[in-house]
Amino acid sequence: MRKVAVIGAGMTLFRRRLMETPKELCFEATRMALDSAGIELKDVDAVISGSAPDGFDGVHMKGEYYSDGCGAYGKPYMRVFVGGGTGVFSAISGWYHIASGLADIALVVNEEKMSSCQPHPQSVFAHIWDPILDRPLKPNLIWIFAMEMNRYMTVHKIKKEDIALVAVKNKRNAVDHPCAQLADPNITVDDVLNSEVLAWPVQRLDISPPSDGAAALVMASEDAVKRLHVETPVWMKGVGWCIDSTMWTDRDLYFPEYVARAAKMAYKMAKIDNPRKQIDFAEPYDPFDYKELHHMEGLLLAKKGEAPIMTREGVTQRDGDLPTCPSGGLLGVGNPIAATMGVKIGELYWQLSGQAGKRQIPHEIKTGVTNAWGDLMQYGAVAVMGV
Amino acid sequence: MGQTPQKWPGIELSNDDLLNKKVTQTRYHPRAKFSWSAGEAISRFLNELKEGRLIGRECKHCNKILFPPRMFCEQCFKPTSKWVYIKDTGTIQTYSISYLDKDAKRITDPIYVGVVSIDGAAEKMGIMHYFGEVTKDTIHIGMKVKAKWKPPLERTGSILDIEYFRPLKEGEQ
Repeated sequence: MRKVAVIGAGMTLFRRRLMETPKELCFEATRMALDSAGIELKDVDAVISGSAPDGFDGVHMKGEYYSDGCGAYGKPYMRVFVGGGTGVFSAISGWYHIASGLADIALVVNEEKMSSCQPHPQSVFAHIWDPILDRPLKPNLIWIFAMEMNRYMTVHKIKKEDIALVAVKNKRNAVDHPCAQLADPNITVDDVLNSEVLAWPVQRLDISPPSDGAAALVMASEDAVKRLHVETPVWMKGVGWCIDSTMWTDRDLYFPEYVARAAKMAYKMAKIDNPRKQIDFAEPYDPFDYKELHHMEGLLLAKKGEAPIMTREGVTQRDGDLPTCPSGGLLGVGNPIAATMGVKIGELYWQLSGQAGKRQIPHEIKTGVTNAWGDLMQYGAVAVMGV
Repeated sequence: MGQTPQKWPGIELSNDDLLNKKVTQTRYHPRAKFSWSAGEAISRFLNELKEGRLIGRECKHCNKILFPPRMFCEQCFKPTSKWVYIKDTGTIQTYSISYLDKDAKRITDPIYVGVVSIDGAAEKMGIMHYFGEVTKDTIHIGMKVKAKWKPPLERTGSILDIEYFRPLKEGEQ
């Protein structure tokens, strides 16, 4: 397999409601990514896009609908979709287009516009449940998070205060992100614990907001990196993905085994045998605060049940030993599902190439890991990136 | 040579912008209806619910009773071989107390919902359902529960033929 690097990235503001259409958002992010890589569309061999359920937009074949905004016209093009996992998986798809030798330079463009769906995108999320076993119970998507969070907390005897620390850290980190929707420099653990109970144990400030936004990457082969004289390529060192049983009521929800399998696949490719020592920082997928902890354990960065302890001890702060969600994550920057690529793969790129501005981790970093999580709690996509 | 991004595009709209019609919009309301065949395994499962019984399928290769039932085992990838009745009691694996309905609207009378693993099925295999006759102080993970069935004439062959799972009483099976 050929080596693959990220050589440019772009993203729009993440907001509850943006005026631009999906294709306009795609264009803005894609144009930024091309400019940041110093190339033009004619240099691009293939285009990959990612977006979450068509239902948000009310347009099926969404990948075709916004394809012109992705720069896809006249080129090999595909849309990938693995639920919330799309934010990392579409970059993995970009990787295999290049690693295989099929393309030298590929664009990866992810878009989400959740505000079009009325009265609330929850009405569309209702359609991801099993129509016969689950849907007659009129489930709300937050239920699955609440059930998983409760199982995780109960098995490890974790206090809500320790989970709330993640929301506080990420919403404060997001103050330094120019695209952030829910940054708050003054938020406290008490604010989280006193926020409205939505589906116990999930409270309002445990959750990332629905958002509109887009993000894009330019990925390149080693040959292209040399040819373009890229000064700060960030290499895709390892990738992994895995799906668990679709019968989600038959699994113990306290540990994401599928994330661990995807992580092991990525670490093996990246020649990492001790992730806690060899990984310098992480962007675990954090749609809810407990998910950052759950994913740190799935990514083998913490022993089972110990991610909350690391958080309490300050290890995961931006200046800590294992900075985690230095971007501000989904909790602080926003959660336009597939477009969260901008705070996951995008953040790894900006941090490792020294372009993260006020968010820059203050000590030397060489290797980072990120993941995204999707479908009905069973899809894991993991990427290790480094310089 | 490329450049680090300096400008971050996007035009934010507020609620007022929408209410005051400052946004050019179009609207659409889809009308789609579906009817699903419940298939081999789940048709039998639903018909048994009508009789007040829970049924699973045995995978003889894995030596497991799979529940909800299915015609093939995803692990050994062989057909399952036999129908097996299991109990209508089980254990709460996890739960939530929801103040939201399916459209994220607030409700004051909360819904108790969670996963109950069923006695007689393989370990931790269960279904999502409601819990009743519990309070936020009494419900807990590990609680033993039993199905509260609808009266036979009101059953329709639906997961809702069980109204909810309630605490198992002492001496009850």
